[in-house]
Amino acid sequence: MNLIKRILGIVWIGLGIGAGIYLIYFQAVPLWAKGGNDLVPAIIYTFVLAPLISIGMSLFGYYSLQGEFDNI
Amino acid sequence: MSTKKQSLAYIISASSVGTLIEWYDFYIFGSLATVLSTKFFPTDNPTAAFLNTLATFAAGFVVRPFGALVFGRLGDLIGRKYTFMVTLMLMGGATFAIGLIPSYATIGAWAPILVLTLRLLQGLALGGEYGGAATYVAEHAPAERRGFFTSWIQTTATLGLVISLTVIMATRASMSKEAFDDYGWRIPFLVSILMVLVSLLIRKNMEESPMFEQAKAEGKISKNPLKESFGNKLNLKYVLLALFGATMGQGLVWYTGQFYAQTFLLKICNLDDIQTNTILVIGLLLGTPLFVLFGALSDKIGRKGIMMTGMIIAVLAYRPIFDQMYKTVDLTNKTVVLGSEKTTSKGKTTTITKEFTDGSSYKNVITEISPEKKESKISIKINETDQWTLVGYVFFLISFVTMAYGPIAAFLVEMFPTKIRYTSMSLPYHIGNGVFGGLMPAIATFLVANAQTAGVVQKPYLEGLNYPIALISVCVVIGVIYIKSDKKAA
Repeated sequence: MNLIKRILGIVWIGLGIGAGIYLIYFQAVPLWAKGGNDLVPAIIYTFVLAPLISIGMSLFGYYSLQGEFDNI
Repeated sequence: MSTKKQSLAYIISASSVGTLIEWYDFYIFGSLATVLSTKFFPTDNPTAAFLNTLATFAAGFVVRPFGALVFGRLGDLIGRKYTFMVTLMLMGGATFAIGLIPSYATIGAWAPILVLTLRLLQGLALGGEYGGAATYVAEHAPAERRGFFTSWIQTTATLGLVISLTVIMATRASMSKEAFDDYGWRIPFLVSILMVLVSLLIRKNMEESPMFEQAKAEGKISKNPLKESFGNKLNLKYVLLALFGATMGQGLVWYTGQFYAQTFLLKICNLDDIQTNTILVIGLLLGTPLFVLFGALSDKIGRKGIMMTGMIIAVLAYRPIFDQMYKTVDLTNKTVVLGSEKTTSKGKTTTITKEFTDGSSYKNVITEISPEKKESKISIKINETDQWTLVGYVFFLISFVTMAYGPIAAFLVEMFPTKIRYTSMSLPYHIGNGVFGGLMPAIATFLVANAQTAGVVQKPYLEGLNYPIALISVCVVIGVIYIKSDKKAA
Protein backbone atom coordinates (compact mmCIF):
# COMPACT_ATOMS: atom_id res chain seq x y z
CA MET A 1 0.00 0.00 0.00
CA ASN A 2 2.87 2.37 0.78
CA LEU A 3 4.24 1.91 -2.74
CA ILE A 4 0.83 2.68 -4.23
CA LYS A 5 0.59 5.83 -2.12
CA ARG A 6 4.01 6.99 -3.31
CA ILE A 7 3.22 6.31 -6.96
CA LEU A 8 -0.11 8.08 -6.59
CA GLY A 9 1.84 11.07 -5.25
CA ILE A 10 3.03 11.68 -8.84
CA VAL A 11 -0.57 11.39 -10.06
CA TRP A 12 -1.77 14.01 -7.55
CA ILE A 13 1.02 16.42 -8.49
CA GLY A 14 0.16 15.96 -12.17
CA LEU A 15 -3.53 16.30 -11.47
CA GLY A 16 -2.98 19.48 -9.45
CA ILE A 17 -0.89 21.12 -12.15
CA GLY A 18 -3.18 19.85 -14.92
CA ALA A 19 -6.32 21.06 -13.18
CA GLY A 20 -4.75 24.50 -12.63
CA ILE A 21 -3.81 24.80 -16.31
CA TYR A 22 -7.22 23.54 -17.43
CA LEU A 23 -9.13 25.92 -15.17
CA ILE A 24 -7.06 28.97 -16.09
CA TYR A 25 -6.40 28.51 -19.82
CA PHE A 26 -9.41 26.52 -20.98
CA GLN A 27 -12.07 27.85 -18.64
CA ALA A 28 -11.14 31.23 -17.16
CA VAL A 29 -9.29 32.92 -20.06
CA PRO A 30 -12.22 32.65 -22.53
CA LEU A 31 -14.55 33.95 -19.83
CA TRP A 32 -12.30 36.93 -19.07
CA ALA A 33 -12.35 37.71 -22.79
CA LYS A 34 -16.16 37.58 -22.92
CA GLY A 35 -16.56 39.83 -19.87
CA GLY A 36 -20.00 40.83 -18.62
CA ASN A 37 -21.87 38.20 -16.68
CA ASP A 38 -19.12 35.64 -17.30
CA LEU A 39 -16.72 37.53 -15.04
CA VAL A 40 -18.18 35.94 -11.90
CA PRO A 41 -17.20 32.35 -12.84
CA ALA A 42 -13.93 33.69 -14.32
CA ILE A 43 -13.02 35.19 -10.93
CA ILE A 44 -14.00 31.98 -9.13
CA TYR A 45 -11.90 29.81 -11.48
CA THR A 46 -8.85 32.11 -11.48
CA PHE A 47 -8.59 33.24 -7.88
CA VAL A 48 -10.29 30.50 -5.88
CA LEU A 49 -10.48 27.06 -7.49
CA ALA A 50 -7.31 27.00 -9.63
CA PRO A 51 -4.88 28.04 -6.87
CA LEU A 52 -6.60 25.90 -4.27
CA ILE A 53 -6.64 22.73 -6.36
CA SER A 54 -3.24 23.13 -8.00
CA ILE A 55 -1.29 24.16 -4.87
CA GLY A 56 -3.20 21.91 -2.48
CA MET A 57 -3.14 18.79 -4.64
CA SER A 58 0.50 19.27 -5.62
CA LEU A 59 1.53 19.63 -1.98
CA PHE A 60 -0.54 16.60 -1.04
CA GLY A 61 1.10 14.66 -3.89
CA TYR A 62 4.55 15.83 -2.86
CA TYR A 63 4.03 14.62 0.72
CA SER A 64 2.66 11.36 -0.61
CA LEU A 65 5.69 10.90 -2.87
CA GLN A 66 8.00 11.64 0.07
CA GLY A 67 6.39 8.83 2.05
CA GLU A 68 4.73 11.12 4.61
CA PHE A 69 1.54 9.05 4.40
CA ASP A 70 3.26 5.67 4.75
CA ASN A 71 1.85 3.56 7.58
CA ILE A 72 -0.91 5.93 8.64
CA MET B 1 -31.24 9.87 33.25
CA SER B 2 -27.96 10.39 35.03
CA THR B 3 -26.53 13.80 35.86
CA LYS B 4 -23.77 13.26 33.32
CA LYS B 5 -26.29 12.42 30.59
CA GLN B 6 -28.46 15.42 31.51
CA SER B 7 -25.42 17.60 31.37
CA LEU B 8 -24.43 16.21 28.01
CA ALA B 9 -27.96 16.70 26.68
CA TYR B 10 -27.78 20.33 27.79
CA ILE B 11 -24.37 20.79 26.21
CA ILE B 12 -25.57 19.35 22.91
CA SER B 13 -28.80 21.38 22.91
CA ALA B 14 -27.09 24.65 23.81
CA SER B 15 -24.37 24.14 21.20
CA SER B 16 -26.78 22.94 18.53
CA VAL B 17 -29.31 25.75 18.95
CA GLY B 18 -26.62 28.38 18.43
CA THR B 19 -25.17 26.61 15.40
CA LEU B 20 -28.63 26.13 13.95
CA ILE B 21 -29.30 29.85 14.21
CA GLU B 22 -26.02 30.63 12.52
CA TRP B 23 -26.97 28.39 9.60
CA TYR B 24 -30.39 30.03 9.48
CA ASP B 25 -28.74 33.45 9.31
CA PHE B 26 -26.35 32.30 6.62
CA TYR B 27 -28.99 30.73 4.40
CA ILE B 28 -31.76 33.31 4.41
CA PHE B 29 -29.55 35.48 2.23
CA GLY B 30 -29.45 32.78 -0.45
CA SER B 31 -33.12 31.96 -0.14
CA LEU B 32 -34.01 35.62 -0.66
CA ALA B 33 -31.46 36.24 -3.43
CA THR B 34 -34.09 37.12 -6.04
CA VAL B 35 -35.69 39.81 -3.86
CA LEU B 36 -32.36 41.12 -2.58
CA SER B 37 -31.10 41.62 -6.12
CA THR B 38 -33.90 44.12 -6.75
CA LYS B 39 -33.24 45.97 -3.51
CA PHE B 40 -29.48 46.35 -3.32
CA PHE B 41 -28.39 46.51 -6.96
CA PRO B 42 -29.33 48.71 -9.94
CA THR B 43 -32.54 47.33 -11.44
CA ASP B 44 -31.93 48.38 -15.06
CA ASN B 45 -30.37 44.94 -15.71
CA PRO B 46 -32.16 42.27 -13.62
CA THR B 47 -29.88 39.41 -14.73
CA ALA B 48 -26.72 41.31 -13.79
CA ALA B 49 -28.33 42.29 -10.47
CA PHE B 50 -29.15 38.66 -9.75
CA LEU B 51 -25.61 37.57 -10.63
CA ASN B 52 -24.19 40.28 -8.38
CA THR B 53 -26.37 39.00 -5.57
CA LEU B 54 -25.13 35.46 -6.19
CA ALA B 55 -21.54 36.75 -6.20
CA THR B 56 -22.20 38.44 -2.84
CA PHE B 57 -23.75 35.19 -1.60
CA ALA B 58 -20.69 33.26 -2.84
CA ALA B 59 -18.32 35.72 -1.16
CA GLY B 60 -19.80 34.59 2.14
CA PHE B 61 -18.70 31.03 1.33
CA VAL B 62 -15.23 31.94 0.10
CA VAL B 63 -14.46 33.91 3.27
CA ARG B 64 -15.39 31.01 5.58
CA PRO B 65 -11.86 29.50 5.65
CA PHE B 66 -10.54 32.88 6.85
CA GLY B 67 -13.09 32.83 9.67
CA ALA B 68 -11.85 29.33 10.46
CA LEU B 69 -8.29 30.67 10.77
CA VAL B 70 -9.18 33.77 12.81
CA PHE B 71 -11.62 32.14 15.23
CA GLY B 72 -9.94 28.73 15.21
CA ARG B 73 -6.78 30.41 16.49
CA LEU B 74 -8.78 32.26 19.16
CA GLY B 75 -10.53 29.04 20.18
CA ASP B 76 -7.22 27.25 20.65
CA LEU B 77 -5.77 30.21 22.56
CA ILE B 78 -8.56 31.46 24.84
CA GLY B 79 -11.08 28.61 24.76
CA ARG B 80 -13.92 27.13 22.74
CA LYS B 81 -16.85 28.60 24.66
CA TYR B 82 -15.89 32.29 24.47
CA THR B 83 -14.95 32.03 20.83
CA PHE B 84 -18.22 30.63 19.65
CA MET B 85 -20.10 33.16 21.80
CA VAL B 86 -18.30 35.85 19.78
CA THR B 87 -19.10 34.20 16.45
CA LEU B 88 -22.77 33.95 17.41
CA MET B 89 -22.96 37.66 18.25
CA LEU B 90 -21.11 38.58 15.08
CA MET B 91 -23.45 36.49 12.93
CA GLY B 92 -26.59 37.78 14.66
CA GLY B 93 -25.47 41.41 14.42
CA ALA B 94 -24.55 41.13 10.74
CA THR B 95 -27.82 39.42 9.83
CA PHE B 96 -29.92 41.94 11.74
CA ALA B 97 -28.02 44.79 10.08
CA ILE B 98 -28.73 43.40 6.57
CA GLY B 99 -32.42 43.73 7.41
CA LEU B 100 -31.90 47.43 8.15
CA ILE B 101 -29.93 48.50 5.05
CA PRO B 102 -31.77 51.07 2.92
CA SER B 103 -32.27 50.07 -0.71
CA TYR B 104 -30.14 51.05 -3.73
CA ALA B 105 -32.83 53.56 -4.68
CA THR B 106 -32.27 55.36 -1.34
CA ILE B 107 -28.50 55.27 -0.75
CA GLY B 108 -27.11 54.25 -4.15
CA ALA B 109 -23.81 52.34 -4.26
CA TRP B 110 -23.57 52.19 -0.47
CA ALA B 111 -26.29 49.55 -0.50
CA PRO B 112 -24.28 46.81 -2.31
CA ILE B 113 -21.11 47.82 -0.42
CA LEU B 114 -22.84 47.42 2.95
CA VAL B 115 -24.48 44.14 1.92
CA LEU B 116 -21.16 42.71 0.77
CA THR B 117 -19.41 43.81 3.99
CA LEU B 118 -22.09 42.27 6.19
CA ARG B 119 -22.14 39.12 4.07
CA LEU B 120 -18.37 38.78 4.58
CA LEU B 121 -18.88 39.15 8.34
CA GLN B 122 -21.50 36.39 8.19
CA GLY B 123 -19.02 34.11 6.40
CA LEU B 124 -16.27 34.89 8.93
CA ALA B 125 -18.62 34.15 11.82
CA LEU B 126 -19.77 30.84 10.34
CA GLY B 127 -16.14 29.91 9.67
CA GLY B 128 -15.50 30.22 13.40
CA GLU B 129 -18.75 28.78 14.70
CA TYR B 130 -18.96 25.25 13.37
CA GLY B 131 -15.50 24.08 14.40
CA GLY B 132 -16.06 25.48 17.88
CA ALA B 133 -19.41 23.79 18.40
CA ALA B 134 -18.25 20.45 16.97
CA THR B 135 -15.05 20.50 19.02
CA TYR B 136 -16.91 21.55 22.16
CA VAL B 137 -19.46 18.74 21.93
CA ALA B 138 -16.83 16.17 20.91
CA GLU B 139 -14.61 17.08 23.84
CA HIS B 140 -17.49 16.53 26.26
CA ALA B 141 -18.66 13.27 24.69
CA PRO B 142 -17.33 9.85 25.65
CA ALA B 143 -14.98 8.62 22.92
CA GLU B 144 -17.05 5.54 22.13
CA ARG B 145 -20.19 7.63 21.44
CA ARG B 146 -18.60 10.68 19.87
CA GLY B 147 -20.15 10.04 16.48
CA PHE B 148 -23.64 9.92 17.97
CA PHE B 149 -23.29 13.07 20.07
CA THR B 150 -21.61 15.20 17.41
CA SER B 151 -24.19 14.11 14.83
CA TRP B 152 -26.69 16.42 16.55
CA ILE B 153 -24.48 19.34 15.54
CA GLN B 154 -24.54 17.91 12.01
CA THR B 155 -28.34 18.15 11.85
CA THR B 156 -28.22 21.92 12.43
CA ALA B 157 -27.15 22.88 8.93
CA THR B 158 -30.10 21.06 7.39
CA LEU B 159 -32.55 22.28 10.01
CA GLY B 160 -31.21 25.83 9.63
CA LEU B 161 -32.11 25.66 5.96
CA VAL B 162 -35.53 24.22 6.76
CA ILE B 163 -36.24 27.00 9.28
CA SER B 164 -35.04 29.69 6.88
CA LEU B 165 -37.33 28.36 4.13
CA THR B 166 -40.23 28.02 6.58
CA VAL B 167 -39.84 31.54 7.99
CA ILE B 168 -39.67 32.96 4.48
CA MET B 169 -42.74 30.99 3.32
CA ALA B 170 -44.67 31.99 6.48
CA THR B 171 -43.76 35.65 6.02
CA ARG B 172 -44.79 35.52 2.36
CA ALA B 173 -48.07 33.84 3.28
CA SER B 174 -48.88 36.45 5.92
CA MET B 175 -48.86 39.42 3.52
CA SER B 176 -49.42 40.42 -0.08
CA LYS B 177 -46.65 39.91 -2.67
CA GLU B 178 -46.26 43.70 -2.93
CA ALA B 179 -45.87 44.09 0.84
CA PHE B 180 -43.31 41.27 0.96
CA ASP B 181 -41.29 42.82 -1.87
CA ASP B 182 -41.57 46.24 -0.21
CA TYR B 183 -40.62 45.49 3.42
CA GLY B 184 -41.61 41.90 4.26
CA TRP B 185 -38.28 40.42 3.07
CA ARG B 186 -36.58 42.27 5.95
CA ILE B 187 -38.52 40.30 8.59
CA PRO B 188 -36.54 37.01 8.31
CA PHE B 189 -33.34 39.01 8.82
CA LEU B 190 -34.70 41.03 11.74
CA VAL B 191 -36.19 38.09 13.68
CA SER B 192 -32.73 36.55 13.73
CA ILE B 193 -31.72 38.90 16.56
CA LEU B 194 -34.37 37.37 18.85
CA MET B 195 -33.11 33.85 18.12
CA VAL B 196 -29.52 34.92 18.72
CA LEU B 197 -30.40 36.53 22.08
CA VAL B 198 -32.16 33.36 23.22
CA SER B 199 -29.18 31.28 22.15
CA LEU B 200 -26.72 33.59 23.92
CA LEU B 201 -28.72 33.26 27.14
CA ILE B 202 -28.64 29.47 26.82
CA ARG B 203 -24.94 29.37 25.99
CA LYS B 204 -23.95 31.86 28.70
CA ASN B 205 -24.08 29.21 31.43
CA MET B 206 -22.05 26.62 29.56
CA GLU B 207 -18.69 25.61 30.97
CA GLU B 208 -15.45 25.44 29.04
CA SER B 209 -14.54 22.14 27.37
CA PRO B 210 -12.95 19.73 29.90
CA MET B 211 -10.17 18.74 27.46
CA PHE B 212 -9.29 22.38 26.86
CA GLU B 213 -9.37 23.12 30.62
CA GLN B 214 -7.08 20.17 31.24
CA ALA B 215 -4.65 21.22 28.53
CA LYS B 216 -4.68 24.73 29.97
CA ALA B 217 -4.05 23.50 33.52
CA GLU B 218 -1.13 21.39 32.28
CA GLY B 219 0.32 24.29 30.31
CA LYS B 220 -0.22 22.44 27.03
CA ILE B 221 -2.08 25.24 25.24
CA SER B 222 -0.56 26.11 21.89
CA LYS B 223 1.20 29.48 21.79
CA ASN B 224 0.79 29.79 18.03
CA PRO B 225 -1.96 27.48 16.71
CA LEU B 226 -1.64 28.71 13.12
CA LYS B 227 2.06 27.94 12.98
CA GLU B 228 1.61 24.56 14.65
CA SER B 229 -1.32 23.64 12.41
CA PHE B 230 -0.04 24.73 9.04
CA GLY B 231 3.67 25.49 9.50
CA ASN B 232 4.35 22.01 10.78
CA LYS B 233 4.56 19.31 8.12
CA LEU B 234 3.47 16.60 10.57
CA ASN B 235 0.12 18.35 11.05
CA LEU B 236 -0.24 19.99 7.64
CA LYS B 237 -0.27 16.60 5.92
CA TYR B 238 -3.30 15.64 8.02
CA VAL B 239 -4.99 18.95 7.15
CA LEU B 240 -4.47 18.15 3.45
CA LEU B 241 -5.66 14.58 3.95
CA ALA B 242 -8.77 15.79 5.77
CA LEU B 243 -9.46 18.21 2.90
CA PHE B 244 -8.83 16.03 -0.16
CA GLY B 245 -9.76 12.70 1.41
CA ALA B 246 -12.93 13.72 3.24
CA THR B 247 -14.29 17.29 3.41
CA MET B 248 -13.99 18.11 -0.31
CA GLY B 249 -16.20 15.16 -1.27
CA GLN B 250 -18.48 15.56 1.73
CA GLY B 251 -18.99 19.27 1.00
CA LEU B 252 -19.86 18.52 -2.61
CA VAL B 253 -22.28 15.73 -1.67
CA TRP B 254 -23.91 18.07 0.80
CA TYR B 255 -24.31 21.08 -1.50
CA THR B 256 -25.37 18.95 -4.45
CA GLY B 257 -28.05 17.22 -2.40
CA GLN B 258 -29.38 20.18 -0.48
CA PHE B 259 -28.75 23.27 -2.54
CA TYR B 260 -28.17 22.25 -6.12
CA ALA B 261 -31.34 20.14 -5.94
CA GLN B 262 -33.18 23.39 -5.14
CA THR B 263 -31.40 25.41 -7.84
CA PHE B 264 -31.94 22.58 -10.33
CA LEU B 265 -35.70 22.44 -9.73
CA LEU B 266 -36.09 26.22 -9.71
CA LYS B 267 -33.78 27.42 -12.45
CA ILE B 268 -33.30 24.42 -14.72
CA CYS B 269 -36.64 22.61 -14.42
CA ASN B 270 -38.53 25.92 -13.91
CA LEU B 271 -40.63 24.41 -11.13
CA ASP B 272 -42.80 26.84 -9.17
CA ASP B 273 -40.84 28.33 -6.23
CA ILE B 274 -43.37 27.51 -3.50
CA GLN B 275 -43.68 23.93 -4.77
CA THR B 276 -39.88 23.62 -4.93
CA ASN B 277 -39.43 24.85 -1.37
CA THR B 278 -42.23 22.60 -0.10
CA ILE B 279 -40.61 19.55 -1.73
CA LEU B 280 -37.25 20.52 -0.28
CA VAL B 281 -38.53 21.13 3.24
CA ILE B 282 -40.35 17.75 3.35
CA GLY B 283 -37.35 15.89 1.88
CA LEU B 284 -34.96 17.56 4.31
CA LEU B 285 -37.14 16.84 7.33
CA LEU B 286 -37.55 13.18 6.34
CA GLY B 287 -33.80 12.84 5.89
CA THR B 288 -32.63 14.68 9.02
CA PRO B 289 -32.90 11.72 11.48
CA LEU B 290 -30.43 9.84 9.29
CA PHE B 291 -27.65 12.21 10.40
CA VAL B 292 -28.01 10.84 13.92
CA LEU B 293 -28.40 7.26 12.67
CA PHE B 294 -25.19 7.34 10.63
CA GLY B 295 -23.36 9.31 13.34
CA ALA B 296 -24.25 6.59 15.86
CA LEU B 297 -23.45 3.84 13.37
CA SER B 298 -19.99 5.34 12.83
CA ASP B 299 -19.25 4.66 16.52
CA LYS B 300 -19.86 0.97 15.86
CA ILE B 301 -18.43 0.30 12.39
CA GLY B 302 -16.08 3.27 11.84
CA ARG B 303 -16.41 6.69 10.22
CA LYS B 304 -14.54 6.04 7.00
CA GLY B 305 -16.72 3.22 5.64
CA ILE B 306 -19.94 5.20 6.02
CA MET B 307 -18.57 8.43 4.58
CA MET B 308 -16.96 6.73 1.60
CA THR B 309 -20.07 4.65 0.88
CA GLY B 310 -22.20 7.80 0.86
CA MET B 311 -19.82 9.47 -1.57
CA ILE B 312 -19.59 6.43 -3.88
CA ILE B 313 -23.39 6.04 -4.05
CA ALA B 314 -23.69 9.79 -4.75
CA VAL B 315 -21.24 9.58 -7.68
CA LEU B 316 -23.13 6.64 -9.17
CA ALA B 317 -26.65 7.93 -8.52
CA TYR B 318 -26.47 11.66 -9.31
CA ARG B 319 -27.02 11.51 -13.07
CA PRO B 320 -29.93 9.01 -12.96
CA ILE B 321 -31.66 10.85 -10.09
CA PHE B 322 -31.33 14.35 -11.55
CA ASP B 323 -32.38 12.98 -14.94
CA GLN B 324 -35.56 11.56 -13.40
CA MET B 325 -36.19 14.82 -11.53
CA TYR B 326 -35.97 16.72 -14.80
CA LYS B 327 -38.27 14.29 -16.60
CA THR B 328 -40.84 14.48 -13.78
CA VAL B 329 -41.24 18.23 -14.32
CA ASP B 330 -40.70 18.25 -18.09
CA LEU B 331 -43.90 19.04 -20.03
CA THR B 332 -42.66 17.87 -23.44
CA ASN B 333 -44.59 14.58 -23.44
CA LYS B 334 -47.64 15.81 -21.54
CA THR B 335 -50.96 16.61 -23.20
CA VAL B 336 -52.39 20.13 -23.14
CA VAL B 337 -56.06 20.41 -22.14
CA LEU B 338 -57.93 21.61 -25.22
CA GLY B 339 -58.77 25.31 -25.03
CA SER B 340 -56.74 25.86 -21.86
CA GLU B 341 -54.00 27.91 -23.53
CA LYS B 342 -54.47 31.62 -22.83
CA THR B 343 -52.43 34.70 -23.62
CA THR B 344 -53.02 38.00 -21.82
CA SER B 345 -51.14 41.27 -22.23
CA LYS B 346 -50.89 44.14 -19.81
CA GLY B 347 -48.51 47.02 -20.55
CA LYS B 348 -45.08 45.54 -21.33
CA THR B 349 -45.97 42.16 -19.84
CA THR B 350 -47.44 39.20 -21.72
CA THR B 351 -48.59 36.13 -19.80
CA ILE B 352 -49.10 32.72 -21.42
CA THR B 353 -50.81 29.97 -19.42
CA LYS B 354 -51.58 26.32 -20.21
CA GLU B 355 -53.17 23.41 -18.33
CA PHE B 356 -52.22 19.76 -18.85
CA THR B 357 -54.35 16.63 -18.59
CA ASP B 358 -52.23 15.21 -15.74
CA GLY B 359 -52.92 18.30 -13.59
CA SER B 360 -49.69 20.17 -14.39
CA SER B 361 -49.83 23.84 -15.34
CA TYR B 362 -47.52 26.22 -17.18
CA LYS B 363 -47.12 29.97 -16.87
CA ASN B 364 -44.73 32.15 -18.83
CA VAL B 365 -44.49 35.84 -17.97
CA ILE B 366 -42.64 37.72 -20.73
CA THR B 367 -41.52 41.22 -19.83
CA GLU B 368 -40.21 43.66 -22.43
CA ILE B 369 -37.09 45.27 -20.95
CA SER B 370 -36.30 47.19 -24.17
CA PRO B 371 -37.47 46.86 -27.81
CA GLU B 372 -34.59 44.40 -28.42
CA LYS B 373 -34.65 42.59 -25.11
CA LYS B 374 -37.35 40.48 -23.50
CA GLU B 375 -37.14 38.54 -20.28
CA SER B 376 -39.10 35.34 -19.81
CA LYS B 377 -39.95 33.74 -16.47
CA ILE B 378 -41.41 30.25 -16.75
CA SER B 379 -43.11 28.64 -13.80
CA ILE B 380 -44.38 25.04 -13.89
CA LYS B 381 -46.65 23.45 -11.31
CA ILE B 382 -46.87 19.66 -11.18
CA ASN B 383 -49.57 17.39 -9.77
CA GLU B 384 -49.47 15.95 -6.25
CA THR B 385 -48.26 12.48 -7.28
CA ASP B 386 -45.30 13.94 -9.14
CA GLN B 387 -44.63 16.26 -6.22
CA TRP B 388 -44.27 13.25 -3.90
CA THR B 389 -42.07 11.54 -6.46
CA LEU B 390 -39.75 14.55 -6.28
CA VAL B 391 -39.85 14.45 -2.48
CA GLY B 392 -38.62 10.84 -2.78
CA TYR B 393 -35.71 11.85 -5.03
CA VAL B 394 -34.74 14.71 -2.69
CA PHE B 395 -34.90 12.26 0.23
CA PHE B 396 -32.47 9.95 -1.60
CA LEU B 397 -30.11 12.86 -2.21
CA ILE B 398 -30.31 13.86 1.46
CA SER B 399 -29.63 10.29 2.58
CA PHE B 400 -26.26 10.42 0.76
CA VAL B 401 -25.63 13.76 2.50
CA THR B 402 -26.30 12.21 5.91
CA MET B 403 -23.87 9.35 5.23
CA ALA B 404 -21.07 11.69 4.19
CA TYR B 405 -21.83 14.45 6.70
CA GLY B 406 -23.17 12.64 9.80
CA PRO B 407 -19.84 11.24 11.01
CA ILE B 408 -17.54 14.03 9.74
CA ALA B 409 -17.37 16.14 12.93
CA ALA B 410 -16.22 13.17 15.02
CA PHE B 411 -13.85 12.13 12.22
CA LEU B 412 -12.20 15.58 12.08
CA VAL B 413 -12.02 15.99 15.85
CA GLU B 414 -10.24 12.64 16.18
CA MET B 415 -7.71 13.59 13.54
CA PHE B 416 -6.10 16.47 15.47
CA PRO B 417 -4.69 17.01 19.00
CA THR B 418 -6.60 19.15 21.54
CA LYS B 419 -4.23 22.10 21.53
CA ILE B 420 -4.66 22.89 17.82
CA ARG B 421 -7.92 21.06 17.15
CA TYR B 422 -10.18 24.09 16.62
CA THR B 423 -7.83 25.64 14.05
CA SER B 424 -6.78 22.42 12.32
CA MET B 425 -10.25 20.94 11.79
CA SER B 426 -11.98 24.21 10.92
CA LEU B 427 -9.83 25.04 7.90
CA PRO B 428 -10.30 21.82 5.87
CA TYR B 429 -13.97 21.75 6.85
CA HIS B 430 -14.62 25.25 5.55
CA ILE B 431 -12.54 24.89 2.41
CA GLY B 432 -14.31 21.63 1.62
CA ASN B 433 -17.77 22.91 2.42
CA GLY B 434 -17.52 26.65 1.91
CA VAL B 435 -15.39 26.75 -1.23
CA PHE B 436 -15.74 23.40 -3.05
CA GLY B 437 -19.30 22.84 -1.86
CA GLY B 438 -20.61 26.38 -1.47
CA LEU B 439 -19.66 27.41 -4.97
CA MET B 440 -21.09 24.22 -6.46
CA PRO B 441 -24.63 25.44 -7.29
CA ALA B 442 -23.29 28.55 -9.06
CA ILE B 443 -20.65 26.63 -11.04
CA ALA B 444 -23.08 23.85 -11.97
CA THR B 445 -25.75 26.33 -13.11
CA PHE B 446 -23.13 28.05 -15.24
CA LEU B 447 -22.04 24.73 -16.78
CA VAL B 448 -25.65 23.87 -17.64
CA ALA B 449 -26.21 27.29 -19.24
CA ASN B 450 -23.03 26.86 -21.31
CA ALA B 451 -24.06 23.36 -22.42
CA GLN B 452 -27.54 24.57 -23.38
CA THR B 453 -26.02 27.36 -25.49
CA ALA B 454 -23.49 25.05 -27.16
CA GLY B 455 -26.12 22.36 -27.83
CA VAL B 456 -23.62 19.56 -28.40
CA VAL B 457 -24.63 17.17 -25.63
CA GLN B 458 -27.85 15.20 -25.46
CA LYS B 459 -28.79 16.13 -21.89
CA PRO B 460 -27.32 19.58 -21.21
CA TYR B 461 -29.29 19.86 -17.96
CA LEU B 462 -27.04 17.18 -16.42
CA GLU B 463 -23.74 18.87 -17.33
CA GLY B 464 -23.58 20.75 -14.02
CA LEU B 465 -23.11 17.42 -12.25
CA ASN B 466 -19.72 16.85 -13.90
CA TYR B 467 -18.09 19.19 -11.38
CA PRO B 468 -19.20 17.38 -8.19
CA ILE B 469 -18.87 13.90 -9.74
CA ALA B 470 -15.24 14.52 -10.80
CA LEU B 471 -14.13 15.98 -7.47
CA ILE B 472 -16.04 13.49 -5.29
CA SER B 473 -14.43 10.65 -7.28
CA VAL B 474 -10.94 12.02 -6.58
CA CYS B 475 -11.88 12.39 -2.90
CA VAL B 476 -13.10 8.79 -2.72
CA VAL B 477 -9.84 7.44 -4.20
CA ILE B 478 -7.78 9.48 -1.72
CA GLY B 479 -10.06 8.64 1.21
CA VAL B 480 -10.14 4.91 0.51
CA ILE B 481 -6.39 4.58 0.01
CA TYR B 482 -4.96 7.07 2.50
CA ILE B 483 -7.37 7.19 5.45
CA LYS B 484 -6.90 4.50 8.05
CA SER B 485 -9.87 2.16 8.40
CA ASP B 486 -10.19 1.87 12.16
CA LYS B 487 -12.78 3.56 14.37
CA LYS B 488 -10.39 6.43 15.09
CA ALA B 489 -10.54 7.18 11.39
CA ALA B 490 -6.94 8.39 10.97
